[in-house]
Formats: sequence, C-alpha cells, structure tokens
Amino acid sequence: MNYSEKVMEHFNNPRNVGEIVDADGVGIVGNKKCGDIMKMYLKIKNDVIEDAKFKTFGCGAAIATSSMATELIKGKKISEALKITNKTVMEALDGLPPVKVHCSCLAEQAVHAALFDYAQKNNLEIKGLKMPEDAKEKTCCAGKNGKKCSCAN
Amino acid sequence: MNEKEIIYFDNAATTRLDDEVLNEMLPYLKDYYGNPSSIYKLAQKNKNAIERARQDIADIFNCRASEIYFTSGGTESDNWAIKSIAEAYKSKGKHIITSEIEHHAVLNSCKYLESQGFRVSYLKVDKNGLIDENELKKNICDDTILVSIMFANNEIGTIQDIKKLAEIAHEKNILFHTDAVQAVGYIKIDLKDLGVDAMSVSAHKFYGPKGIGALYLNKKIKVLSYLHGGAQEFSKRAGTENVAGIVGMAKALELAYNNLEKNNLYVKDLRDKIIDGVLNNISHVKLNGDREKRLANNINFSFEFIEGESLLLMLDAKNIFASSGSACTSGSLDPSHVLLAIGLPHELAHGSLRITLGKHNTQKEIDYFLNVLPDIVKKLRDMSPLYEEYLSKK
Repeated sequence: MNYSEKVMEHFNNPRNVGEIVDADGVGIVGNKKCGDIMKMYLKIKNDVIEDAKFKTFGCGAAIATSSMATELIKGKKISEALKITNKTVMEALDGLPPVKVHCSCLAEQAVHAALFDYAQKNNLEIKGLKMPEDAKEKTCCAGKNGKKCSCAN
Repeated sequence: MNEKEIIYFDNAATTRLDDEVLNEMLPYLKDYYGNPSSIYKLAQKNKNAIERARQDIADIFNCRASEIYFTSGGTESDNWAIKSIAEAYKSKGKHIITSEIEHHAVLNSCKYLESQGFRVSYLKVDKNGLIDENELKKNICDDTILVSIMFANNEIGTIQDIKKLAEIAHEKNILFHTDAVQAVGYIKIDLKDLGVDAMSVSAHKFYGPKGIGALYLNKKIKVLSYLHGGAQEFSKRAGTENVAGIVGMAKALELAYNNLEKNNLYVKDLRDKIIDGVLNNISHVKLNGDREKRLANNINFSFEFIEGESLLLMLDAKNIFASSGSACTSGSLDPSHVLLAIGLPHELAHGSLRITLGKHNTQKEIDYFLNVLPDIVKKLRDMSPLYEEYLSKK
C-alpha cells in the first residue's frame, strides 16, 4: 500500500489510543463486515473537547485517520470540531490512496457520533450535528450496496 | 536479526529466481537474440532450445511435447483452457463446473463465459476447503462440457483429490482442467496417472522467471487458436516466443523436481514450527485450511479482533513480508472469497495472515518471526474495540 510517510508515522505511533472510562460522549461507527470499526471517546468541559481517545479495528489508514482525527479535535470547541471534515483529516496526513478515502470518512463520522452521544446525554441540540448514518445503520462508509459515503469524498 | 535482512514469507505470490536458472537464461537474453522463426543458425539455435525445453517439460510431466503450449503464465493458461474449451465444445453443451475457491483467473474467465450464455456451477467446499466428490456428481448436467478445479489452493494450501475428481468427470465424458500453479514444485505430477485433460502452470512459483507459463492440453482435445498471427506454438498461440523464459522454466522445473522431496521435508518442518509456535503462544487464532492435505509451504491464520493489513504493515516494519486475505489489501471491500467460502465470518477473514515459505527460509527467520509476532498481535488487540468488547463480556 502506497501510504504517505505521515500516515505511516501515525500508524506506527498512534496518538490517543485507549478508552476514557468516564467519557462524556462515545461514538462507534463502521462494522465488522467491512473490516473497519472506530470507537471514539470524548471528554467535554464547557463546550471544549478536553480529551479524545480511540480504539480502532481496521487497516493502516483506519488507524492513522483515527489518530489524526483525535489530534485535530483535542482542545477544540465543539463548533470548531464539527468543521473538521474527512478532507481535513486526509490533508493533515498528506493524502490517502483512493481506496482508503472511506477511512477518513469513518474518522469524521466517529467524531460526529461521539458528539451526538454527548448531546443526547445532556439534552443539548448542537447546530449542524446529525446522527451519522454510519453509526445509525452500522454500514460501511464506502458506498457499498449503493450506499454513498455521507461525507465529502 | 540484522536491520537490513529481509524475511520473505510470500512464496505463493512469487519466488526468487534461482541463480542456476538465471545462468541458463542469460545467453538467450544477450547473445542468442535471433528470432526462432527465422532460418539461419542464430535463429535455429533458439528454435532448438525451445523444443528441447518443451520435451524436458513433457518428460517431467509424463506427456507428449506436442501437448505443452507456452504461455505468459498461469492467468493466460487458465483463460486459454477455459475459454477455448468452452468455445470448441459449445455445440455439445454450455454448462461448466468450477469451485468457489478458484483463483480469479478461473473465476473471472467463468464469469465472462456466463455473460456469453454459458451456465456455471460453483461448487461449495467444506470448512477446510475440500471439495466433496458427491457435490461434483450432483452438479453434473447433461450439457456439462468442462470441470475446472484447482490442484492446490493459493490462499489456504488445501490440496484436492484431482485424480478422483477427474475420474468422475470422465465417467460422464466431461473434460477436466486443473489450475496447478501452486502445486507444481510441491507435488509430483504425472499426467498419465493424474488423468486431467488440461493443466495450467506458472514458472515464477517454483523459482523460475515471471512472464512464462505453460498449458498442457491433451492430444484428444480440440484446441482453438488463441492468439492469431504466426505459426508459433503449433499455430495456436502466435507471437515470437519468450525464449529465455521458456529455457528458464524448463530449468526451474527440472531443479524443482530433482529436489522436490528434500525441499518439501525442509519447508514442511519450518511450516509446522510456525503453526505450532503460533497456536501454542497466541490465543484466539485459527489455522485456515486442512492440517494434513495442505501444501508443504502454506500457512494461513486468522487472528481474532485484528485486521490483516495492519498486521502486514507491522510485520513489514520488521522486514517480514507476508500476505493477507483482508479486503484492505485487495482494494475491494470484501475479504478473500476463499476464506468466506470455507465459512469464516467477515471479521475473521479480514484478520487473516498468509505465510508461504520457500527453500530459502531459515530456522533463524522462523524463530525471529515467532518472537516478534505476539507483541504485534497484542499491540493491535489493545487498539481494537472488538477485543475490548470481548474482554468486557468475559
């Protein structure tokens, strides 16, 4: 697989691996069938993501995008974190091979799923945040069975 | 293990060209450049080399030289055998039988024929990848013209009883092709005894060069011209011959046959050390494929809770080169059709690791691999939400 050095660096030394036991929001996207599952844990205080951790079952790109996504959202306000798209994650990793773009979508969706969980638990409405398709249906984020990836490819 | 040393565990993908084979080939790449179809001495030398190679190969497989056709490799041999038999015998019937675990060269040739109005039955295999004779019998129809079953599987190494399966086909006057690409070099093949009508071979799987293969087609088969042009390959496959490749393949086959028992014993010992070492030291691992009816060099594991590509990348970082049936290594979303056909759930198919050994592997390499693998598996499991889920339910 032709991965960038950045992807390999994050794969070999993933940041923020683990669980947050008292997480304020937890999101899980992907499914076993497709071979990618991302679980995202967030600690949120005063509208700011204080900590983010992840666990991922998946390929090199899935692990690297999870790692990068957690790095990008840590310390950000929720509204800022929502602006981080799969493209942002991809660019931060110096790109992904075309067949791996869906991994960056999954990373975006995992953040959204965790934020959605936080909003639900706290009875909040976060502007622009919907339950990600991938968490709702546990489908692959890669347009399988005619289902299109819900984020920008 | 020295940083610069590499451990090559992907001999089912391809093998390192033998020095002896290279030396045999070199003159034909340089000095003997004449076109074998020309009449002067420089050319005739090459023509003779081709025919000598054809005879040597025929002697090894116990068939006639005129039954050996040179091709560009296994994929071409499979395509040629299946499509041309289908075309030549379509007036007799339009039904073909193959299996779910064939190489894509066979499967996609069959898919193509389906688009051309043929019917194809894909035999199911058992949990070890073996074909049930009764399944074959049940699937034979009045209009079945061809059965194509691989000799030994490229992913899980399972060896079929080709002689028996061919007999069943022949009882009903049906032709039998086998893709023997992975078998040659590990299994002694005597075509008179085996009884198949067509067989695909690829040189680079037994320390020969890439880009050269052979197709055995029994004399009694109607053979259609496959590439139209000059009179090469008995006017069935036109195009100036790959002389160096042909000479190299014959040499590689000779070496493989002369050393077959010795190499098999050696490789099998290493194989079993890996199988036992992994099964005894890592939990939640499954060996895919049959434990006994298996190629001497093939190992295929599924590791629960982790994904194959990640495993390969971490092994790569240790200079260990292996392969996986994970979807992520194939560019498609579905993991290996072979692993799904033997009944593995998707997550286990995604978590597979194929190690295919060769005569160059050493005990030291096996020890190193067995030493580093548990930590890699642990690292990936510690990162896996599936493992977390498993532990929480325990």
